[in-house]
Amino acid sequence: MTDRAPRPDAPGDVLLEARDLSKHFPVRGRSALGGRQVLRAVDGVSLEVRAGETLGVVGESGCGKSTLGRCLVRLTDVTSGTVSFRGRDITRLSRRRLRPVRRDLQLVFQDPYASLNPRRRIGDILAEPMQIHGYGDRRAIARHVRELLDVVGLNASHVDRFPHEFSGGQRQRVGIARALAMNPKVIVADEPVSALDVSIQAQVLNLFLDLQDEFALTYVFIAHDLGVVRHVSTRIVVMYLGEVVETATTDPLYDRPGHPYTEALLQSAPDVEDEDAAPRERILLTGDVPNPVDKPSGCPFRTRCPYAQARCAQEHPALREVAPGRHVACHFPLVTPDGDPAPHALSLRSRGSTG
Amino acid sequence: MVSLAVFLLVVLACLLAPVFEHAVAHTDAFTSNISGTTVVDGRRVPVLTPSSTGLGLGVTPIGPTWDLHHYFLGADGQGRDVMARLLFGGRNSLLIGVLSAVIACGAATVLGVAAGYFGGVLDAVLSRLFDVVWAFPVYLLAISLSVVLLTSGLTVGPVHIEGDSLWLPILIIAVIYVPYVARPLRGQVLTLRGRDFIQAGVGNGASDLRILRKDVLPNVMPTVLVFLPLMTALNMLTESALSFLSIGVQPPNASWGTIINDGLGLLYTRPMVTLAPGLMIAVTAVALNLLGDGVRSALDPKARLRGAA
Repeated sequence: MTDRAPRPDAPGDVLLEARDLSKHFPVRGRSALGGRQVLRAVDGVSLEVRAGETLGVVGESGCGKSTLGRCLVRLTDVTSGTVSFRGRDITRLSRRRLRPVRRDLQLVFQDPYASLNPRRRIGDILAEPMQIHGYGDRRAIARHVRELLDVVGLNASHVDRFPHEFSGGQRQRVGIARALAMNPKVIVADEPVSALDVSIQAQVLNLFLDLQDEFALTYVFIAHDLGVVRHVSTRIVVMYLGEVVETATTDPLYDRPGHPYTEALLQSAPDVEDEDAAPRERILLTGDVPNPVDKPSGCPFRTRCPYAQARCAQEHPALREVAPGRHVACHFPLVTPDGDPAPHALSLRSRGSTG
Repeated sequence: MVSLAVFLLVVLACLLAPVFEHAVAHTDAFTSNISGTTVVDGRRVPVLTPSSTGLGLGVTPIGPTWDLHHYFLGADGQGRDVMARLLFGGRNSLLIGVLSAVIACGAATVLGVAAGYFGGVLDAVLSRLFDVVWAFPVYLLAISLSVVLLTSGLTVGPVHIEGDSLWLPILIIAVIYVPYVARPLRGQVLTLRGRDFIQAGVGNGASDLRILRKDVLPNVMPTVLVFLPLMTALNMLTESALSFLSIGVQPPNASWGTIINDGLGLLYTRPMVTLAPGLMIAVTAVALNLLGDGVRSALDPKARLRGAA
């Protein structure tokens, strides 16, 4: 098939790209007079996923992370913008034309209890992608199913079991095996461990990392747990109300957040790594996330931002490169063009004064 | 599964109706025997005697003899063996009940699943159609359709169904109850459609047909199987009601409903003519309803686990 390029992807090649991607859901108008209102779940997101990397997507609940993930693998139709895979626009491909692309583009679901049909056996679930894409005869498929179970750390004798005979962690392994079945290039993992026990989370995360090495996978890793994302990601996208507010490589982002929202997110996470660190002043997020049906004017974060000024209410900040490799959508970014903390950054100043 | 055993017993008895007619009753269940005689306790007695007491309703047939021979349950107003007619009538009642339930559930599965899965215009059209049928009181609609079609029969393309055919009540009852099964199925498919395992199929490029066959139908079938005995019971009751109003099964055919009607004039002198088919309907309906419950718990994998634990 021509869609399957023979050339291997060099590390750093853009595999998956979203440009100005939006997904709006119509909602029933609250007021009797209100016209059609829309919920802007994803609002003008642009991002690139490069071969071999793990792109972490973080944000609070309801910020559009999952919707973005589903748009990227074309599980939902997008409202506007484009998704392209290996430079080819797949936004408007028909289901038939999309089928070859789907082999390379897989999704691992958040809830392992909902993503496996309770009335099908594990072997049948894992064989389905191979049957659809024509993997081989019955015996070849059966052999590969056993291999897949082995790869994800399950017993090959589990093929005849039903999903309800497995624990959450084991089910998620089945979900991962299903995604791996056709040897994909990119796996979008939608909060793959958030439904699991903490003790199981680490095992499943390590499985993701092992598989990445073994099969040269590229991940888009969606999560709300910053610790999880830091553990697996090479680059991070921070989302707020359907928009990307910051992208950066992992360590600089965690050390010197460039967007006030990133800073607040990081500070809201309990810090267990350095117990000896002096207690620092926390910038707590106050209030709830604004309603994505009725987003604030200007900067979406201004209603909760400690640095907000008059300009933020009028002018929507564009995502721009404020320092090499760092894109921040803020009028007053917290990092200087050299990547150092900006003088007005509260957390860093307070850290300096107390420590 | 006592309920299943009871139901099968009823079915078996009704299937053996011709055997009973020839080997035990020795009468023809479908011809009048107004001036005939029979033997009870060694004495030859007329099947019908002019009534001297009671309400002066003309003739009174012999009552139940409780003798597994002639006229076990007595005779009806035309001197026919009630027991033999009960078994023959049961065949029609069961046939109509089961067939109309199968047709109703089959059509409801196709329409409900299609409406729920494909949504959009198809769903809008089908759902409104269900609403229209549902909006009529069941019996009003059944009676109207029956009255109209009884006289003219039904012609669909090359197929013509006579007014006295059993297919008429079967189809009428089936059509009336389609929305009662289709609407809950549509709702179930609607929730299934949003479930992640369906999305996983879409994400793997599965065709609609494949998703319907592999993911939707297996999850919907238990509901259909639970509905089947319940609908059979309901349809039997509807059939009896229509036949009782003499717009269901047409003479010379009998069903439990028509036999109840036959016994109406004899209610005070020979209540068994009405009671026997009434009891059969009640027993069968209860058995089918319990069977529905049994099927439900048998098909629920979690319930089975709980039972095992």
